[in-house]
Amino acid sequence: MSAVQILTGNQAAATAVKLCDVQVISAYPITPSTSLTEMLAEWIEKGELKAEYVRVESEHSVMTVCVSASSVGARVFTSTSSHGLLYMHEQLHWAAGSRLPIVTCVINRGVGAPWSIFNDQQDSISQRDTGWIQIYCRDNQEILDSVIQAYRIAEEVYCPVMVCYDGFVLSHTMMPVEIPEAEKVKNFLPPYKPHTILSPEEPLNINPVILPTQRRDAQGVLRDGYMEFRWKLQHALEGSRDVIVEVNRQFADLFGRDHGGMLWGYRTDDAEVYLVGIGSLATEATMAADMLREEGIHAGVVGIRVYRPFPREEIRNVLKNAPAIVIFEKDISYGYEGALSADVKAALYGTGISAPVHNYIAGLGGRDVKAAELAEAVRSSLAAVAGGVMERQTWLNCVTE
Amino acid sequence: MPEKIFKVNQKEYILPGNRSCQGCGLALAYRYILKALRENTIMTIPASCLTVLHGLYPITSVTVPALNCTFASTAASASGLVAGLAAQNRTEMTVVAMAGDGGTYDIGIQALSGAAERGTDFIYVCYDNEGYMNTGTQRSSATPMGALTTTTPVLTKQQNKKDMMKIMEAHDIPYLATASPSYPIDLYDKFVKAKRIKGTRYIQISAPCPPGWGFAPKDTVKIGRLAVETGMVVLYEIEDGKFRFTGRSKTLAEKGNRAPLIQYVEKQERFRKMNIEQLARLQKWVDGKWNEYLRRAEE
Ligand SMILES: Cc1ncc(C[n+]2csc(CCOP(=O)(O)OP(=O)(O)O)c2C)c(N)n1
Ligand code: SF4
Repeated sequence: MSAVQILTGNQAAATAVKLCDVQVISAYPITPSTSLTEMLAEWIEKGELKAEYVRVESEHSVMTVCVSASSVGARVFTSTSSHGLLYMHEQLHWAAGSRLPIVTCVINRGVGAPWSIFNDQQDSISQRDTGWIQIYCRDNQEILDSVIQAYRIAEEVYCPVMVCYDGFVLSHTMMPVEIPEAEKVKNFLPPYKPHTILSPEEPLNINPVILPTQRRDAQGVLRDGYMEFRWKLQHALEGSRDVIVEVNRQFADLFGRDHGGMLWGYRTDDAEVYLVGIGSLATEATMAADMLREEGIHAGVVGIRVYRPFPREEIRNVLKNAPAIVIFEKDISYGYEGALSADVKAALYGTGISAPVHNYIAGLGGRDVKAAELAEAVRSSLAAVAGGVMERQTWLNCVTE
Repeated sequence: MPEKIFKVNQKEYILPGNRSCQGCGLALAYRYILKALRENTIMTIPASCLTVLHGLYPITSVTVPALNCTFASTAASASGLVAGLAAQNRTEMTVVAMAGDGGTYDIGIQALSGAAERGTDFIYVCYDNEGYMNTGTQRSSATPMGALTTTTPVLTKQQNKKDMMKIMEAHDIPYLATASPSYPIDLYDKFVKAKRIKGTRYIQISAPCPPGWGFAPKDTVKIGRLAVETGMVVLYEIEDGKFRFTGRSKTLAEKGNRAPLIQYVEKQERFRKMNIEQLARLQKWVDGKWNEYLRRAEE
């Protein structure tokens, strides 16, 4: 029997880790991720979860432990936030380059300097080019479900997955969450089969120095050069879209919850303006859309669930008739615009879709942003669009003089 | 009991032809290390000359499974291997992390300290060639005072070598040892012993490096011996806190006939700018360490 419990986002994630029979966990404290791995440590010490817990001295070592334990065939998990994720940066590349199915929860938080413990998505968005799949969650149920799905996806395409959710907004907020039956999860998620096993029976030198060119091995077989390795990672990430969608579909069939595969839409059918966002900001946008519709403005919302691989086709499809697009995001690619805005525009390039795109940078470092303010931003953008303004970058609720 | 030469494992774990330089002290040591550790060994190695020795993809000269890791992460990588293997009940494996002095004394010290403090069940080997050799002989905190490196190219290194053994001993680990490829049986015995011990074991090997130190490849063993004869390198082990001289250093301690440091220094290009005052300081440093060891041996 599945049961409903009232859980924080971190509790939901920990519950999923337990259901997934993770074998090695390593973590280092950082707000707001800490309570997740504290819970796992407690379960392990009480004997409720059978896993190795490696209490290392830094996040760099955390991701190293994940890489090495995964290399010998263990299912691994960690979670972090903000500077912890940034400190892992070298190892994030190493994990993806090693094609290891590591699942990491990123509890999104702003990055310094100066210090902020509050939520935005600068931490994970700025890791978008490391070769990790990135899933963003809307609510605590989706966190639990996405962690389970993440292992299925990761272990099928041999790419690491970040399951990202907003710090405090979700990590420390209680919501009812349906806990799936352990047996059902086991059926959904078969045991991890590593692509290579580091063992004396078949000695390998994994991840040595590699040349730019292809090279023959001792048997005379031509093997990949550095660039072929890179292409294979790119190819795997591009190809993971189908797997992500299929895993979401199978999950929906089995557990009755559909989180939308690559992205989700809300009241998009007849929309005259599309609000696009990631995570809890997109949830906020659905409330703004409701408000706007009450005034007769037909607003719809597109929530990006998977940011890497980027939902190129899905974006084109859903926005193909969009008269106006307003993008809200909690990150900034300094010297340009919001990363999501740049990516959405790039996806539309050459398709004939030439809708105006307005970009709002919002909620950095926990700056409050209410649905009514998003609605007001949309109204202002629509007025500007009517006046012919195609592109605009606005910092919401921010003194910019 | 020390194993006699005829007891040394005849099997070779490094195939003929590897990418280290001629006369590489690391390569000599590595051959004996793998012989002593035998089967069921998993290596993890960071960026270093050892990576190069292991060969370029897709060919390797080493028949032991190895996982390359990033420069700072060696001991954490070992921790991950230990945890991953333990989670699957593969407890027959010996996990060995092996890094240069740069990867140990400098960038890897945090991960190493963490792993040792946790009592991680692995052997950590530092091969100490006293500089960043893979990147072309830059100064590390293991470079001795008075040596020229490419980052101390005019004035020579001004500071003494860091005492990494002391730092590691402060972690209360069950076994620590020093070794030299010039004394392979002493080295071999230490690895045979280390393999049988549980917990974190730290072995530091002095690895003469012809291009980095400036001597002819044929002289590696000779230079390694001179290091020991002069007390620049001292062979010992510390088992459960008990210090013991071993091999040639034991004889030197008993007979009290250490050679003057000049005999070691004058044979290497890296010390060519060393002045009399520096030599005296280095000799004093060596004497001070030696006396400390003598006191400890008597305890
Ligand atoms: C984070 C990082 N910084 C720098 C380097 C460049 N690097 C590669 S090997 C090396 C020197 C290694 O020195 P050491 O550990 O003493 O081993 P040796 O080369 O002497 O065998 C350096 C600096 C790197 N790979 N990673
Ligand atoms: S540079 Fe020195 S340590 Fe490195 S391979 Fe050559 S001889 Fe060995």
